[in-house]
This record gives sequence, C-alpha cells and structure tokens, in this order.
Amino acid sequence: MPSSVAPTGHAGTVEDVSGRRTVTDDSAPGGPEADGPWDRRLHIVTGKGGTGKTTIAGALAVALATGGRRVLLTEVEGRQQIAQLFDTPPLPYQERKVASAPGGGEVFGLAIDADEALLEYLEMFYNLRRAGRALGRIGAVDFATTVAPGVRDVLLTGKVKEAVNRPDGTRPGGLAYDAVVLDAPPTGRITRFLNVTAEVAGLAKVGPIRAQADSVMAVLRPERAAVHLVTLLEEMPVQETVDGVAELGRAGLPLGGVIVNMARPPLLKIRELRLARRGELDPEEIAAGIKEAGLEPTPALVEALSWEAAQHADRVALERTERAEIAALGRPVYEMPLMADGVDLGTIYRFAELLRDQQMVG
Amino acid sequence: MAKAGGRRAATGAKAKSGAGGSRRSPGRSESDSSPGGGDGAVPGRGASHPVRPHPAGVPLLDVDQMLDTERIVVCCGSGGVGKTTTAAALALRAAERGRSVVVLTIDPARRLAQALGLTALDNIPREVAGVDSTGGGRLDAMMLDMKRTFDEIVLTHSTPERAQALLDNPFYQSMSSSFSGTQEYMAMEKLGQLDATCEWDLIVVDTPPTRSALDFLDAPTRLGTFLDGRLLRVLLAPAKAGGRAYAKVLGAGLGMFTRVITKVLGAQLLTDLSQFVGALETMFGGFRARAEETYRLLGAPGTSFVVVATPEAAALREASYFVDRLDAEGMPLAGLVVNRMHHSDAAALTVERSLAAAENLDEHREHPLAAAVLRIHAERVRLASREARLRERFTSAHPDTPLVEVEALSGDVHDLDGLRVIGAAMARVERLEQAG
Ligand SMILES: Nc1ncnc2c1ncn2[C@@H]1O[C@H](COP(=O)(O)OP(=O)(O)OP(=O)(O)O)[C@@H](O)[C@H]1O
Ligand SMILES: Nc1ncnc2c1ncn2[C@@H]1O[C@H](COP(=O)(O)OP(=O)(O)OP(=O)(O)O)[C@@H](O)[C@H]1O
Ligand SMILES: [Mg+2]
Ligand SMILES: [Mg+2]
Repeated sequence: MPSSVAPTGHAGTVEDVSGRRTVTDDSAPGGPEADGPWDRRLHIVTGKGGTGKTTIAGALAVALATGGRRVLLTEVEGRQQIAQLFDTPPLPYQERKVASAPGGGEVFGLAIDADEALLEYLEMFYNLRRAGRALGRIGAVDFATTVAPGVRDVLLTGKVKEAVNRPDGTRPGGLAYDAVVLDAPPTGRITRFLNVTAEVAGLAKVGPIRAQADSVMAVLRPERAAVHLVTLLEEMPVQETVDGVAELGRAGLPLGGVIVNMARPPLLKIRELRLARRGELDPEEIAAGIKEAGLEPTPALVEALSWEAAQHADRVALERTERAEIAALGRPVYEMPLMADGVDLGTIYRFAELLRDQQMVG
Repeated sequence: MAKAGGRRAATGAKAKSGAGGSRRSPGRSESDSSPGGGDGAVPGRGASHPVRPHPAGVPLLDVDQMLDTERIVVCCGSGGVGKTTTAAALALRAAERGRSVVVLTIDPARRLAQALGLTALDNIPREVAGVDSTGGGRLDAMMLDMKRTFDEIVLTHSTPERAQALLDNPFYQSMSSSFSGTQEYMAMEKLGQLDATCEWDLIVVDTPPTRSALDFLDAPTRLGTFLDGRLLRVLLAPAKAGGRAYAKVLGAGLGMFTRVITKVLGAQLLTDLSQFVGALETMFGGFRARAEETYRLLGAPGTSFVVVATPEAAALREASYFVDRLDAEGMPLAGLVVNRMHHSDAAALTVERSLAAAENLDEHREHPLAAAVLRIHAERVRLASREARLRERFTSAHPDTPLVEVEALSGDVHDLDGLRVIGAAMARVERLEQAG
C-alpha cells in the first residue's frame, strides 16, 4: 500500500493542469485525507454516460498498480468494456490478468454478472448452487436480480466487497488485491447503486440480504473507499457532476476527486481570446503572418481563420464557465487531455502517468 | 445571406473588399454578403452561416415536409447525441409553422427545461411561452415523470384498494422507479395517452438516455415479457389452484424455491412478493393490451422516426443498428440527423500545411497570433475531415437513408432562439440572427 502521507506542498490545495488552485477541506478531524492522493482500497469511478468512466477507471487501475502492486478492475453492467479497453477477449465471470503496470504491477479484470453473483452467493452461504441453477430455469434468478433492483445491486456490490476483503496469506499485506477499481454505473444511478442498505430497507429489514448490504456499507467508508466523478467541460455532464456530488454527500458516501476528461488547452492568449470572440482579431496581422509562413493570405482565408478562432474562443469561454462550476465543488480536480485520434492502449498508460503526476494516486 | 451573424464587423470590411478570391472554400457561394445580426450571442453563432451544401448523392431528409404532415415524430439515438434538443427544436419549428404541437421530453438540461417552462414536474403538458403563434400554431411541452405515469396506470386498471396495495408494495416501488426499461415503457405509455386525447396535430417524442438506441424498442417488450413471464405464472399458480398446481409446475423445485427465497430474502419478502404478483395479475391484460396498442401506433402511417447521431464512431454505429432494426420491424424511418458537425471554410489549407506553417513561424519567433490561428485551423480541419469520413461510412452502408447535417454551435442550446437555430439548420434554411 502506498503511504498515506501527503507529499509536501500539498496541504489544503490541489493544483490542476491549468494551474488554478482548488481549495479543499482538509479539516475533517482525525479523518482520512479528504483531498488525495487517494490511498484507498476501493476506487469507484462514475460520471455521465460517455464521459470516459471506463477509460479513466482503466488508467486509474494501471496507476495504482504501478510499482509492483496488484489491482482488480471490475465492471458491473455486462458490457465487456474492460476487455475492449485492454484489447483482450471477453472476460468470463472470473478474474483474468488484463495488463501489466510499470515496475512489475498487475491489473486483473472482472466482469461481474448479477446472476452469476447470486449463484455464487447461494453456493457460498447455503451450498445451493444446484438449486440456484434450477431456479434459473424458471426465471427466479432473473426475478430476484431484475425486479428487485435493490437485490441486484447488493449482489454486485457484494462481489466487489468480497474482492476488496479477500485474504491471501501469500501476499504482503495479506490481501489478494492492493486496491480494487470499480467502473461503476453512471452518475444518475450511482447513489442508489451504492447506498444498498437504504435500498433494500424496504425489501429486507433483517436476514441475509440485509446483512450483506450492511457489510457492503462497511467497505464504503471514507478511509477505505472513494467515489470519483468523471466529467467533460460541457453543460450536461457538469450539471450531473454537481448533482451527483450533492447526492453522494447527502447519502454519506465517500467522495473522491473530479476528473475533467477530454480537456482542450486554449491555443490563444487571454487577450486574444477576448478579441477573437468579438471578431476583432487583427486581420492584417493574421495576413502578414500567413504570408510570412509562405501561404497566400487571401481575404477569404483570413476571414475563415478568424471565424474559426472565434469558435475556438467561444468554446474556451464556455469551458471556463463549466470549469468554474467544477472548481466551486471544492473537490480536487484532475485533468486528462482530449486525444485527437481517440484512445488506445498507449493512452491508458499515458493517462495513468498523468494521474500519478497530478497526484491523484500517491 | 446571414453569414455575418457569425463574422462580424472587423473581418467584414476586409472580407468584402476582397470577396471573390476564395479558391479555398469551394462549397460556399461568395454572393452571400451579410446584413449581419447583433453582436452574435454565443449560442447562435455558427448556424447563422449560409446553408452548407448537402453532401452529393445522399438523399436529403426533408424536415419541413415531415413536420407539416406527420402526427407523431419520435427522436431516437444513443446517449447525449442531441435527442432532447432535436425533439424540442422540431416541435418548436412545427408550432411556428402553424401546427398545434406537444413535445414529450425526458430529462432535459436544466436551462432548456426552464426555457420551455418545464419547471413543475406534474406530468401534464403546459403551453410554452414565447412561441411565435402568428401562423396559428402553438407548442405545449411536458417532462416525463416515470413513476407517476406508472402509478397512474395502476390506478386506472384496478380498484382503489387493490391499487393501493400494489402502490405500497416494496417490489412495486422498486420496479416502478428503477427497473431498466420502465422509463422507455412509460414514455410509450405517455405517448399513447397524449395520442388518445386527439388534442394536438403533432406529438414529438424524446426518448430516454440509453446507451443503445435499440433499448427504446426492446425495453417495453422486456418489461412485458417479464410481467408475462413464466415465473409470474408459477407464482400465480397457488393463488389460482392452490398448492397442488404450484407443486406440479415446479415439480420437486417447489420446496426448494420457498426454502431459498426464505433463506436469502427472509419470510416477509415472500409475502410481499406473492402480494405483488397477485396484484399485478389483475392488471396484466391492461398492461399488455396498452403496450401492444402503442407499439402499433409507432408503426402506423403518420408516425416517423428521426434517428439522431453525432459524427462519432460509436453514435453512428448505434444509428446504423437502429436504422436496420426499424427496417426489420417495418417502422417508418424519416431519416438521420447528424448533429454537431464541424466544418471549415478553408479546408483547402490542409492540416499538414497549416501545422508546418505554424511551426515555421514559431521557429522564427514571429507572428505568434497567426501561428496560433493556424493551429486552431489545423485542429478544426482534422476534426471536420474525421467527421465527414465517419458520416460517409454511414452513407455507404445505408445509401438510401435520408439525412441532414446540423452544425455544432459553439455554445449549448438552452433557449427558444437556440432551438430555432437548430430547427432552421435541420430544415436547411437560413435564419437571420435575432439580436439578443
Ligand atoms: N481523453 C480522451 N480523448 C479522446 N477520446 C476519449 C478520451 N477519453 C475517452 N475517450 C473516448 O470516448 C468514448 C467514451 O469513453 P468511455 O467508454 O471510457 O466512456 P464511458 O463513460 O465509460 O462510457 P459509457 O457510459 O458508455 O460506459 C470512447 O470512445 C473513448 O475512447
Ligand atoms: N448542434 C448542437 N450544437 C451545440 N450543442 C448542441 C447541439 N445539439 C445539442 N447540443 C448540446 O448537447 C448537449 C446534449 O444534448 P441533448 O440533451 O439534446 O442530448 P440527448 O441525446 O437528449 O442526451 P441524453 O441521452 O442524455 O438524454 C446539450 O447540452 C445541448 O445543448
Ligand atoms: Mg463505460
Ligand atoms: Mg435527453
């Protein structure tokens, strides 16, 4: 496990890529660091659909494994996104090594399936696997895992919890994994998904399901787990992030950092951005520059370029507004750049490095 | 003609003096000098260009024709592509063309919801203020409340006591608020209700943010299959014929079933469960019949599906699946809206040349502004050509699917004016920017 001591220069503020400092609340008496690096056993990655949850979860797993640790990356939506991300064959309901990390680290992947988790649960606790199969045939498993979403979520998070707590005497620290990363359901569903005790309260006041839910909640304590939110600098994802942070907070779930994904660096200076938005960039200066570079500065070209600069500046301004909303959350913010040619395996390692550089991971 | 909304005064003077020299923007007519609107508010900029040429050889989606004649328009597509925006923009445009329209939205962005007056979540349509009604049309809007819609169905299909028992049942509560597919099912249900009132000429339907557009078609069936499933029949058996029928269906499984459920979930749950199933039984017929009715409505003349996608691989792949699926189901596809396309008016200046020029300037530490502008240009051309390639790939797989490209605005779409810009872009008409 990495040391939980924050590096120097880290007290109370976090610097994001753009150099702005976010003040964070470090004053929780006796509590764990509330602002990273996130030395936790369980990392839960959520965000609006399509913002990059899977990509970031993968990068985070590699970052955590760096230096020789063993990390489990899990998904729960039956979409085989981990296999796609690491370019491996579809994962069975079984832990498989999907990647190596620098310094001898290993990342394992697991696609958790609710039906399988139920069968495993039945076997583990009641030695009822065969009975479970029979139930599957009449749809009872479907029923339990579908009609009662609370039950389904308990099964999924229960499996995650099991991996977090799984002992392994042969390893330093005595645990099978040094950390577990969950590529979680999107922001709109995350609180309900994690807040299993509340969710099954209506369904089961006592009994094994309830006990299972309670043991999941025990893992979801701030010193053991953190929920990170991935966002883009766009209206809807930011709105969801703000709502998500509030909701998670109300439910007492442990908040982690915010990862701004697909960030684009401004290509103009601040003053130029302002001028560009007003359509007041000096056309003569642009024309002269273009000519100097050996291109023909027709008015149409200069006009087209000025318009494109204005669009760029509008976009930067919009992103600035959204960034301010994110900063106002008071959470540590990390930024991953937009990759013009999309994400490949190399990107995952590059992002893992960036996460370490930005001290999301110690 | 309205291009100046986007490029204002400063470039205007220069550009006009030299108009005609543009070999670099082959697609654009040079005659479009500009009356120019106010100091282009951020959101509208970009769409106030002259209409871009439609890609050659690709059938064009005739949006106005659809809006003037159809009775139901359903906007589908994968998450975040612009379904809600498109639905609202189409509805507004139809209303301002003189029809009486209702738009059923699902989780619109907050500012858009405000602009549509969707502040009260009461599950009934309300008139939208600020719509130009000189053509005799009007626009009503509502936001779907999934749980409430479900509760209403329960109330209409049952006696008050039975309904209450079901509403109080934890299984029902759990299912009505989070069964995957409930939202889709309820959207269909609401569409059926709105249609039954015959109050509007046109109903525009937004669809829930699913990862796959197909979910919209599949979810109701899934819910139906579930409600109608074998397990439910089994569970219902004892209520009908006593324990013996139960035992017969399950065979030796009976004891085990109860044992497992009791062990895993607790005895109380079993009671709740059979109560839930018993209560649902009385409504089965109603549920099924309604779902089938709405499904028929979707295939009937007067209905059109509009598939929305952004020019990204995943979104267009989903759009592809969806188009094939509609075809297979005999559902009427109007066409594809490729939303948030980027273009460059100077695409002849390639990424490579542009970057080389910028580097050249950087090396000599000269003209930093021009260098920056060239980099912005390179980035944009790269994006635009990738998008065009992806769109072409869709077209080669679906050469007969009409489509229309809608430009990416540089801001969000969050007011009626923004919706008008999108609507005009879909209909491929120029629209003068309104000041303010
Ligand atoms: N920084 C980035 N630059 C460019 N492309 C990115 C970046 N991050 C993610 N992507 C791409 O965006 C798409 C969505 O990313 P990803 O699948 O990680 O998102 P997600 O939130 O897990 O989506 P879903 O909600 O569907 O599970 C993918 O195609 C991915 O390759
Ligand atoms: N042509 C466009 N130019 C710029 N922004 C756009 C455009 N179309 C949509 N948007 C913006 O994109 C965001 C997503 O749009 P919208 O909410 O309509 O998508 P959706 O498909 O309904 O998403 P969901 O699947 O989450 O319901 C909104 O912030 C909207 O303002
Ligand atoms: Mg994902
Ligand atoms: Mg929407």
